Amino acid sequence: MNPWIEKQRYIIDFTISSLLRRKVKNIGLLALYTLIVFILASTMFFTYSIKKEAKLILQGSPEIVVQKIVAGRHDLFPVSYIDEIKAIRGVADVESRLWGYYYDSLVQANYTVMTPSRVVDTSQSNARTTVVVDPNDLHAADVNKPLYDYDGAAPEAGSIVIGNGVARMREIGTGDYMPFMSHDGQIMNLKIAGRLSSESELVSSDLILVNGTDFRKLFGIDDKYVTDVIVTVKNPSEVSMVASKIKKKLHSSRPIIREEILRTYDSIFNWRGGMMIVIFSAAVLAFVIFAWDKASGLSAGERREIGILKAVGWETSDVIQMKFWEGAMVSLTAFFSGVILAYIHVFFTGSAVFEPALKGWSALYPNFALTPFVNAEQLTTLFFLTVVPYTVATIVPIWRAATIDPDTAMRHTGE
Amino acid sequence: MRNSSIFFLSILSEAVLLGLLLTHASFSEAPQSDTLEHKASLVKNLRLTDLCLFTEARYTRHLSQADLNTAFQDHPLSLEHFPSGSFTQPNLENKAP
Repeated sequence: MNPWIEKQRYIIDFTISSLLRRKVKNIGLLALYTLIVFILASTMFFTYSIKKEAKLILQGSPEIVVQKIVAGRHDLFPVSYIDEIKAIRGVADVESRLWGYYYDSLVQANYTVMTPSRVVDTSQSNARTTVVVDPNDLHAADVNKPLYDYDGAAPEAGSIVIGNGVARMREIGTGDYMPFMSHDGQIMNLKIAGRLSSESELVSSDLILVNGTDFRKLFGIDDKYVTDVIVTVKNPSEVSMVASKIKKKLHSSRPIIREEILRTYDSIFNWRGGMMIVIFSAAVLAFVIFAWDKASGLSAGERREIGILKAVGWETSDVIQMKFWEGAMVSLTAFFSGVILAYIHVFFTGSAVFEPALKGWSALYPNFALTPFVNAEQLTTLFFLTVVPYTVATIVPIWRAATIDPDTAMRHTGE
Repeated sequence: MRNSSIFFLSILSEAVLLGLLLTHASFSEAPQSDTLEHKASLVKNLRLTDLCLFTEARYTRHLSQADLNTAFQDHPLSLEHFPSGSFTQPNLENKAP
């Protein structure tokens, strides 16, 4: 074998024996280091995947949503405004939306109640005809099962289609009745005609799709109003222009363009955001303590060890190599273990550690499996931010200790 | 077995495991693309604007549709009291006038 490799192996053998002599300290260090990498890598995997998934899914969101703002708050949108928007040059279509929130006091959850518009996407691969999946059917998980059993058409009067989160929470399914208290205190029993699939929970978990008539009856909204409107623009490059024209024509309106929706989700979980900076600052602080501990000097025992090694014939370069391997071993093991555990945590256990924080006070939380999108650039950054500084921080104080006289090193041990 | 051999074997096995997980990630993208496509189709058909991530407050359920004064809905200094508000940030740059 190459003498250089053999020499390195002997140094590594010695380094491991040396590390094992201070077993408790080094195992504690390794565990803490792994934990820091785990938290950082989990946050990285989770945020990157959710951002990428949001970007892909929300590509189909409306080009422009126009709200009416009254006293800084979202208000009902007068139907009479629709014709005014239609008259703007460049507008292809204006469509109204009816949606709102319903608080279910029985389970203390908020639902999003909405009336579906007409189907846009009718291609065979994307839209499906109504197939009611029996929740008791053992074969419901077959591969042929439609991803969502709903084609986008409004349910018939007196019936609803519910999201999987609602079904799970209320323990109800197709064919059951769900009671709602309307604005005037009357109970409306609506029949569940279908259930949105569990695969679509990330967008549909809390949805309840109702007929327009039932929606107005439930919330007491007059025919003259809708919640907001969607504007389709003939030329996609004119979206901003049309939005500004709408704003000029209807001063109380607030147009929200698709780009803004996508940007909202691109900046979600941004590192500057509240909890994120807490996680990052805690991790960085812990890492700084590590590095400080290493860089601020050696323990008396370590100094004596270096003195003895030099006395028995080790050269300064050998001692530095030994410490390089010590740093590399700890940081590489922590890096690999932390990243592997983070991947399992985010993509196999559904971010179990983050779940309580993400759930917050929500009674209804979607069960969703993230598509594992991994960014090699982020992994590389994490590697250079953890492994390299730690290894360097291990070598620097050794350089000072290894260059002093062995006799001095052994005398000034204090032991 | 020598300590160095144990170390190299453990690092190698961890590297292989990480490689397998990354392979899993790249192979998962294709089967998941159907699911993603269908979710996108649902978003298109129902004219949805947001992900259903946080259902605790209306301005976190529909982040992109929230008022411009959220999360400090009632007063500029009223403190955020929903945990999910601490994960999100307002969309400050508003290109649409």
